[in-house]
Amino acid sequence: MTQAAPRDRAATGSNALQTGLIQLREVTEAIRVRVRNPAKLRNLELFLLVIAWVVGGGAMVLVQLGALETVDLFPLQLAAILAVLTFALHIALRVVAREADAIILPVATALNGIGIAMIYRIDIAQGATGWDAASMRQIAWTGIALVIAIAAIVLVRNHRVLARYRFLAMAAAFVLLLLPLMPGIGRTVNGATVWVGVGPVTFQPGELAKIALAIFFAGYLMTARDSLSVVGKRFLGIRFPRVRDLGPILVVWAMCMLVLVFQRDLGTSLLYFGLFLVMIYVATGRRSWMVIGVGLVALGGVAAYFTMGYVQRRIHAWIHAFDNDVYNASGGSFQIVEGIFGMAHGGLLGTGLGLGRPYLTPYANSDYIIPSLGEELGLAGLMAILCLYIVLVSRGIRVGFQGPDDFTKLLSVGLAFVIGLQVFIVVGGVTRLIPLTGLTTPFLAAGGSSLLANWLIVALLLRLSDSVRGRGFA
Amino acid sequence: MTSADREQSMRRPLRRVSTLLLVMFVGLFGSTTMIQAVQADSLHGDDRNTRTLYDSFAVERGSIVVEGVQVALSTPSDDEYEWQREYPQGALYSAVTGYNSLGQGNTGIEGAMNDELTGTANSQFFDQIVATITGQDPAGSSVELTIDAGAQEAAAQALGDREGAVVALDPETGDILAMYSSPSFDPNTYASHNIAQVRDSIIQAQESPEQPLQNRAIGGDLYFPGSVFKLVVSAAALESGRYELDSEFDNPATLQLPNSTSEIRNASRETCGPGEQATLETALVLSCNIPMAELGLELGDDAIREQAAAFGFGQPLAVPMTVTPSTYPRPEVMDDARTMLTSFGQYDVRVTPLQMAMVSAAIANDGTLMQPGLVDRVIAPNLDVVDQPEPTILGNPISTETAAALRQAMELGVSEGLASNAQVAGATVGGKTGTAETGENDEPFNLWFTGYGERDGRSVAVAAVVVPDENIVGDTSNVVAAPIGRAVIEAVLNS
Repeated sequence: MTQAAPRDRAATGSNALQTGLIQLREVTEAIRVRVRNPAKLRNLELFLLVIAWVVGGGAMVLVQLGALETVDLFPLQLAAILAVLTFALHIALRVVAREADAIILPVATALNGIGIAMIYRIDIAQGATGWDAASMRQIAWTGIALVIAIAAIVLVRNHRVLARYRFLAMAAAFVLLLLPLMPGIGRTVNGATVWVGVGPVTFQPGELAKIALAIFFAGYLMTARDSLSVVGKRFLGIRFPRVRDLGPILVVWAMCMLVLVFQRDLGTSLLYFGLFLVMIYVATGRRSWMVIGVGLVALGGVAAYFTMGYVQRRIHAWIHAFDNDVYNASGGSFQIVEGIFGMAHGGLLGTGLGLGRPYLTPYANSDYIIPSLGEELGLAGLMAILCLYIVLVSRGIRVGFQGPDDFTKLLSVGLAFVIGLQVFIVVGGVTRLIPLTGLTTPFLAAGGSSLLANWLIVALLLRLSDSVRGRGFA
Repeated sequence: MTSADREQSMRRPLRRVSTLLLVMFVGLFGSTTMIQAVQADSLHGDDRNTRTLYDSFAVERGSIVVEGVQVALSTPSDDEYEWQREYPQGALYSAVTGYNSLGQGNTGIEGAMNDELTGTANSQFFDQIVATITGQDPAGSSVELTIDAGAQEAAAQALGDREGAVVALDPETGDILAMYSSPSFDPNTYASHNIAQVRDSIIQAQESPEQPLQNRAIGGDLYFPGSVFKLVVSAAALESGRYELDSEFDNPATLQLPNSTSEIRNASRETCGPGEQATLETALVLSCNIPMAELGLELGDDAIREQAAAFGFGQPLAVPMTVTPSTYPRPEVMDDARTMLTSFGQYDVRVTPLQMAMVSAAIANDGTLMQPGLVDRVIAPNLDVVDQPEPTILGNPISTETAAALRQAMELGVSEGLASNAQVAGATVGGKTGTAETGENDEPFNLWFTGYGERDGRSVAVAAVVVPDENIVGDTSNVVAAPIGRAVIEAVLNS
């Protein structure tokens, strides 16, 4: 680790001049190292990044060609902004995380680009232009997200310090979760109180809370994994933990139930609990935690089903989606069925970008962006998109296998799994594999908070992967 | 626990979590495949799937053409449906074209030829593939009709806004030359893209007592034929070989029905011409009920029913719109009195104007009945002729001799009988009028004319029915219906 020494000195630098000199030396050192040791990973990343730009930019141009039968500079501008932003992150990686994973950034870039293309497609159908156009806001949020991601990757040189702030992360997660319930800034959209809004800008703090929670869980489990691994009584062939160790999981479960009750957000609640469950399982290797967790989910689910009307409606709209009564009911299955019609319309190969009618489905550019893409890109396109997610998630899991320490492993597994689980909940919901819950599709769906949170996850995964010894991209 | 142990200890759960993630994604592959491949077709067919509907509108629907003029065509529209269906002649062709609505169904040719008009008919399968490969926009075929524009206009003008219907056929080919039903409707109303408004308009039309959407020429509630049915009874008599045109029947002024106190009279309220006996020919020319009733009783209802079936009664027929079969009462309900009543088209004989035109056409065509049809040719967007129905013989309900005998009586009926208003200068015209009572309380009669005209090898068979608002003395079928027949015959022979 040739960079380790200057980095540590930079962290402890006391006066400005000294810091400046050190930074100057650091840069020259970095350049020297680069000349001596060509960054193979970064070159691979750049190569893949160019492909991602072509995929995203091509999709945007094809959308315009298909829907408007014209070509002008607008989609190219969108693509160019995305390219410049992700290229900036790439450059930052060349300087501060030379050994970071080479595949994560291109995959995220491709997904973000495809998302903007479909959002732009819906804008065309709705005749939205300027700042009314969701694609304009999406590219702006992409800018904000990437600036923050670059800042994170430059500032957080050693992610292990995050473990020290685990309780701060916990507090932050709680505050973020509670924000939408605060009078004045909380907003209820479609029944779910998961938004805060100041003026025209709205934000879903729950998206950021999942990162804070992952950091907290990783930090907490790193220290608590030994005691949580101690087993108590055997029951039904499985060793269960001691009763006194059940506290944390019950606290998290209670928190998720509160989200479910007060924010009426089934998806987020499921996402947080699933995140905790997988992390505690990985930390302890005890299947009993999974059994307890699934039992608690079942308990909470059954209780919610019988006490909360909206949960019941969701389940109904899932099972009886095609019944006329449910289809026509307010809050019934109209949206999901409309989305499924769209996907069926796309068939194997899709109608082609800009040539389908995804705009017939409500929220075609956010909650239902997957059916929109399915309609215009077909089963083949959706499979490709799902494969991008698989690659992204597997790169995170790889750090879990190869990470140098518990915290790195747990955090990377948590962050990777949260992306995978979120994709599963959203795509499974719109395809009727599971009941529909309101979550955003990572990188694709229109929405700033989701974009910001997911690019932060990418920044963290890149930073974590940089610490993997052994290099390569196995 | 050593560091190495801890490293190892995480690998197993990590592998399991990886497997779990894989299973989750495999589930997503499965659910998307179910929707986009396995169930795609049935989801397409779901009638709530508006995309299927929009798709049918995204195709440039073929035109419906009469003598080279588009009577229904699609023009580009600025809205999401891309094409607007238009009917430049409004109500004139509404009984033929029907309407093409947004999700509220298609009627007439628009419905019966929908596959061809949208280019989805099997016969266009290969054209579609070629169009897909060459990147052409999908387009449907045009349907050219057999309608004679002049005859159609004459029919509409002669019938006016009175309730009724007119059908004209080419006896030698079965081509439908005119088909008009009144009250009619403007198909443009139902082609609007304002779905709610169209739905309301259709419901309103369906609930209105005038029933404008009903094509009375081939369907609806059907009509009592009255005396025009005497052609069928006479045909049955002549076909039996036991009767000639000069066969004689008792000629009283009134006749009591068997087992009944009811009496029947001739329309003239007198005997059928002078003398103790009346011939079949006289009974046809003067349209007398009593001799016909006597003939019917002697023939029996089975013979009449068989003859009616030979002309097409009770048989399914598509022109290509489905025609409601005309009916002769079932044997179970018949007795002598009823048989006598059916002999002059009363009791429960119900017919479409098309059926009566088919009777006249078979008589005009030496006893050969041609399959009636509206479609002349189906033309693909590349101008290939996709389909061109050949004239088809439906049957030979009567012999050449019977046909000749009936023509003799019908021509006499026009030249000096009760159908005199159907005369066309320079043409041979044969015809039969009919006035059917439809109820007890002086409800409006069904006033009929059916017949044929020939000149210079060109021929036409017509049937016209009018239901006046009220019965007016002197407004006989010869006054009301025969001129409609004449107008249509004239229009065809002059074209």
